[in-house]
Amino acid sequence: MAFFEANKIVKNFSNHLALDEVSMSIPKGSIYGLLGPNGAGKTTLIRIINQITAPDSGELKYKGKALKAEDMYSIGYLPEERGLYKKMKVGEQALYLAQLKGLKKKDASERLNKWFKKFEIDAWWDKKVEELSKGMQQKIQFIVTVVHEPKFLIFDEPFSGFDPINTNLLKQEILKLQKKGATIIFSTHDMASVEELCDHISLINDSRTILQGPVDEVRKQYDSNRYEIKFAGEANLLTASLTHSYRIIENQAVNGHTKLIIELMKGTETNDVLSILLQAGKVISFNKVVPSMNDIFIRAVEEANTKNKKK
Amino acid sequence: MNKILLVIKREYITRVKKKSFIVMTILAPILLAGLILVPAWIMSREDSTEKKIAVVGEGAGLFYGDIPSTKSLKFEYLPEVSSEKIKESYEEMGYYGFLLISPKVVYIPNAVQFYSSKQPNLEMLMYISNALEKEIEKRKLESYNIKDLDKIMKEIESTVKVQTILISEEGEEKKTSTGLSMGIAYVSGLLIYILTFMFGAQVMRGVIEEKTNRIVEVLISSVKPFQLMMGKILGIAMVGLTQFFLWIVLTLIIVGYAQSAFLPDDIQIPNNQITQSIMSVEQNPGEEAVQNAVTIPELNEFQAVLESAKAINWPLILGSFIIYFLGGYLLYAALFAAVGSAVDNETDTQQFMMPITIPLLLGLFVSMAAFQNPDSSLVFWFSLIPFTSPMVMMARLPFGVPPLELIVSMALLILTFIGTTWMAAKIYRTGILMYGKKPSYKELFKWLRYKNY
Repeated sequence: MAFFEANKIVKNFSNHLALDEVSMSIPKGSIYGLLGPNGAGKTTLIRIINQITAPDSGELKYKGKALKAEDMYSIGYLPEERGLYKKMKVGEQALYLAQLKGLKKKDASERLNKWFKKFEIDAWWDKKVEELSKGMQQKIQFIVTVVHEPKFLIFDEPFSGFDPINTNLLKQEILKLQKKGATIIFSTHDMASVEELCDHISLINDSRTILQGPVDEVRKQYDSNRYEIKFAGEANLLTASLTHSYRIIENQAVNGHTKLIIELMKGTETNDVLSILLQAGKVISFNKVVPSMNDIFIRAVEEANTKNKKK
Repeated sequence: MNKILLVIKREYITRVKKKSFIVMTILAPILLAGLILVPAWIMSREDSTEKKIAVVGEGAGLFYGDIPSTKSLKFEYLPEVSSEKIKESYEEMGYYGFLLISPKVVYIPNAVQFYSSKQPNLEMLMYISNALEKEIEKRKLESYNIKDLDKIMKEIESTVKVQTILISEEGEEKKTSTGLSMGIAYVSGLLIYILTFMFGAQVMRGVIEEKTNRIVEVLISSVKPFQLMMGKILGIAMVGLTQFFLWIVLTLIIVGYAQSAFLPDDIQIPNNQITQSIMSVEQNPGEEAVQNAVTIPELNEFQAVLESAKAINWPLILGSFIIYFLGGYLLYAALFAAVGSAVDNETDTQQFMMPITIPLLLGLFVSMAAFQNPDSSLVFWFSLIPFTSPMVMMARLPFGVPPLELIVSMALLILTFIGTTWMAAKIYRTGILMYGKKPSYKELFKWLRYKNY
C-alpha cells in the first residue's frame, strides 16, 4: 500500500490547464523527487497534495484512505516562497509556528533550542527576522518545518538560496529525517541533489507526467548503451572499421590521446569493440556512460516537446 | 479551536507590545483629560486673581456703590480724583484699570469709558454695563413716583429656565438635559465610526502583511483559512477593547488626580447637595418637579447637567456601545480582511474600499442627523439597517429607543455579521494565495463560488 496516492488529478485555472490527469504513488519512507521545468505545474500539485487548493477532479489517498483536510495540518511543508513575520522576534515566531503544528510550548522550546544550536543560530533567538540575512531566514524556515517531526514532509525547492556548505548540512538532515521514518516529497531543479537523495521521481512537463518511477528504473530506461573510451593510437583505423556495430557520438583529441564516446548497436558486445581497440592502439580506459539525471531530464523534456509540436 | 486561540494570542500580543499602541494608549487619555481640565483650570485661575478697578469722574459720586464688587472684581469709588490724575498713576496704585462715568450716561449710552493697559475681557464689561443698566432703569422708574416700588420690583424680578422632564411608560419622571443627550449621541456615533475604521484597517493591513511576507502559505498548511482570518479579527477586536478600557480608566484617573491636585476646593462639585436632590427625585417623583423648581433654582448649569447625567441609563448605553462596536467592527473587519486578501499591497486597496467606505460614511452622516431629529423615519430605518445601525442607533439611544427596535436592530446586525464573515472567508481563502494580477469585482464574485477546502 502506498503511503500517499494521487489519481488522475485535473486542475484548471481560468485560462489554462495546470494539471492534466497527473497520478503518482509515493511509497512509505521514500524520498520522492518532483521534477519539471518552470511552470510545469509542480507547485500546483504540491498545493493540491497539502490541501491548500482543491483539484477539479481526481482523488487523493493518504495511508489508503481518502485524504481529509485534518491530515495535512500535521505535515511539514516548506513552500517555495519563503516567508516569516518580519517584525516578530525569531524565537517567538518559531515557537508560535511550532505550537500551530500542535506542539506544547515547553516541548517546542526544547526542540527549537536543539535545532538552533545545531544550525548555529542560537544567538539570534531574540533578534527580529528583518535583521537576519536571507540564508539565516531560510534556516529558520527549515527548522520550523521539521521541528514537530512530521511523518510526511513536503519541500518545495529546499536548497534555493543556500551556499554549498549549508546545502550539504540540509541534505544530511533530510537523509536523517528519512532514516527516522519520514516520507518526503521534494521538488527541485537541482539534478545533482536528486541523484543524491531521491528514490523515486516524477517528471512533469507542461501539466502532464512524462516520466515516473524508481530512480534506478528510470536510469535503465534511458540507458543508451554508450561507452567512453580513452586510448592512444590510430584513431582513424578505429573510426573506419566496424561502423555497422557501433556509432561514434563524440571524437576528441585530448592530451595526446583520443577520447571517444560510442553507442553500441544491438547485438554488439563490449568485447567486440575491445578486440578492435586492442589492435588499434593502447587502451587507457573503457567506461560505461551512465546517464545523469540532468541528461535524462533534458532528453525527456525535449522528446515530450517535439511530440507535442507534431500533434 | 486551540489553534484559533493561538492565532488570537499572537495577534493580540504583538499588537499590544507595539510602541505605537502604548503611546496611543497613554497619549489619548492625557489629551482627553487636558480637554476637560484646561478650561476648568483657566477658569479657576481667573477667579483667584483679584482685579481692582477705580471708578472716577463725576459719575463716581452719582453711582457710588452701585456696581457691587465680586470675588474677582473689586470696585473702589474715588469721586474726588480726576481722570487726568489717575491716568498717570493708576497702575502704581494697584489698579487694573479705571472706569470713567459721565453723568450723561442716563441719556447717552456710550458715556462710560474703561481705561486699562490690557484688553479687558468681555465678561467684565458685560458685568459693568448690566449693573449700570439696572441702576439707571431703577432710577428712571423711581422718577415716576410709584408707590411701593421696591416691593413691586422684587415681585416682578424673574428668571426663566426650561427644564426637560421625560415621562416613561410607567409614569416615572426624569429630568434630562437635551445638551447632554446630544453630546452622548454625537460622541458615541463618531467613536464607533472611528474605531471601526481604525481597527478594520488594521485587520486589512495584517492580511496584506501576511500575504506579502508569503508566510500565509506556511500558516495555511497548519490552520484553516477561516481560523486564521477569525483569529486575526478577534485578536484585533480584543486589542480595541483593551485600548478602549484603558482609555476610560486612565482618563478617570488623570481627571480625578488633577482635579484634587490643581483645582481649589470650591470648584469641586458639591456632591452632597446633588445626591440629596437625586434622592428626592427617587423618593417622590411626582411632586419633585414643582418642589425642585422652587427649592433649588440656583443649581448652576454644570450641576444641572451632572444631575441629568445620573438620570441617563448608563449601563444600557455602555452595554449597547460595546455590542454595537463589536457587531459593527466584526461586520466590517470581515470585509476589510477580504479586501486585504484580494490585493498585493496597500495602494491597490482603493478600488475595493468604496463599498466599505460608503455605508460607513452614510452611517456617520445619518447619525449626525439623528441627534437633531432622533425620531425621523430616515433615522429609524438607518438604525435598523445593519451596515449603518451601529452608528445611527448609538446616536438615537440617549433619546430613548423602544426595546423591540433595539433587539431587532441588534439581531439584524449579528445575522449580517455572520453573513459577511462567511462571504469574506470564501474570498479570503482564494485571495491569500493569488499573487500578481489585481482581481476585478467579477473575479471576486467567481471566488465566492469556488469549490475549496
